[in-house]
Amino acid sequence: MGWLERLTGKKDKSADQAKERLKLVLIHDRTDITPHQMEIMKNELLEVISRHVAIDPNAVRIDMAQEGREQRLIADIPLRATNSRRK
Amino acid sequence: MTAKVLTITSGKGGVGKTTTTANIAVALANLSHKVVCIDADIGLRNLDVVLGLENRIVYDLVDVVEGRCRLRQAMIRDKRLPELYLIPAAQTRDKNAVSPSDMVRLCDELRSDVDWVLIDSPAGIERGFRNAIAPADVVMVVTNPEVSAVRDADRIIGLIEAEEKGPARLVLNRVNMTLIKRGDMLNAEDVLELLAVELIGIIPEDESVVVSTNRGQPVALDGKSKAGLAFQNIARRLNGEKVPFLNLEEKDGFFNRLSRVLRGGGA
Repeated sequence: MGWLERLTGKKDKSADQAKERLKLVLIHDRTDITPHQMEIMKNELLEVISRHVAIDPNAVRIDMAQEGREQRLIADIPLRATNSRRK
Repeated sequence: MTAKVLTITSGKGGVGKTTTTANIAVALANLSHKVVCIDADIGLRNLDVVLGLENRIVYDLVDVVEGRCRLRQAMIRDKRLPELYLIPAAQTRDKNAVSPSDMVRLCDELRSDVDWVLIDSPAGIERGFRNAIAPADVVMVVTNPEVSAVRDADRIIGLIEAEEKGPARLVLNRVNMTLIKRGDMLNAEDVLELLAVELIGIIPEDESVVVSTNRGQPVALDGKSKAGLAFQNIARRLNGEKVPFLNLEEKDGFFNRLSRVLRGGGA
């Protein structure tokens, strides 16, 4: 890293890139789920959920997270505010 | 005596499995343990040259398994140490000449007689790897701070857990502090966070490993180099001692400081 990057605080260290790339690769290696399959699963999940509650598809985050050597599917699905309560 | 069987594996080739096996064997023998190492890399024999015992081979692992000699006859004694032995791999056969149950039987025969059986696993995840981990009580995974080696280590750690041989212990080999400081190499913390396993040793990249391998005298024979010391520390940890990890920072001598000033102040 040169003095210019140091001054501007730009994060372009190759070790950081290696770590980020490995994180993603390991998740897919461990779960055997490709990014494509993940996308399909995500869409199906959204479809089922939106049948019951109103959600904003663009605010939904479904990700794989690592906890020790275990993988976890984490979904953060904000519900859309509604004024009319169900009877 | 009831031996512990320690298998050294890695997934990826060329990360330093054989060097690690040879050095831990030497270091354990230096601590007055009786050690037998087995080269399980059939067809690609190498532990013999790294240990400097290549000229003394008469019988090999396949000879023992196929009953052409007794176990004792295939054990080459290393004369530099009181009780270090090598059972070399066969060079002209393939890995299917030995089965996992052959390895279990062979190690069981050794168990009552020695303190440690070290098995140098071949690279890969096939038969040779299965042979190497079948009799293991402890499995050590060697990796380098580099994307392909870490990825393969993760695969291997998963397989070790699936075989109920876990938890694997990690040896991080060829750590280059200059590159780490520059932000161009994964550090031990990064690798541990990614792999989520227990660390048992960090070995610095060290020219003396190349030199000692050239001579057939493992660095751990004397503890003068940093790598040699790091291997000795692994042996002590295996022995149940609590040994802090080495400080791998280069000595801040005059020339280091001078060259930093000349390079323009980069740490």
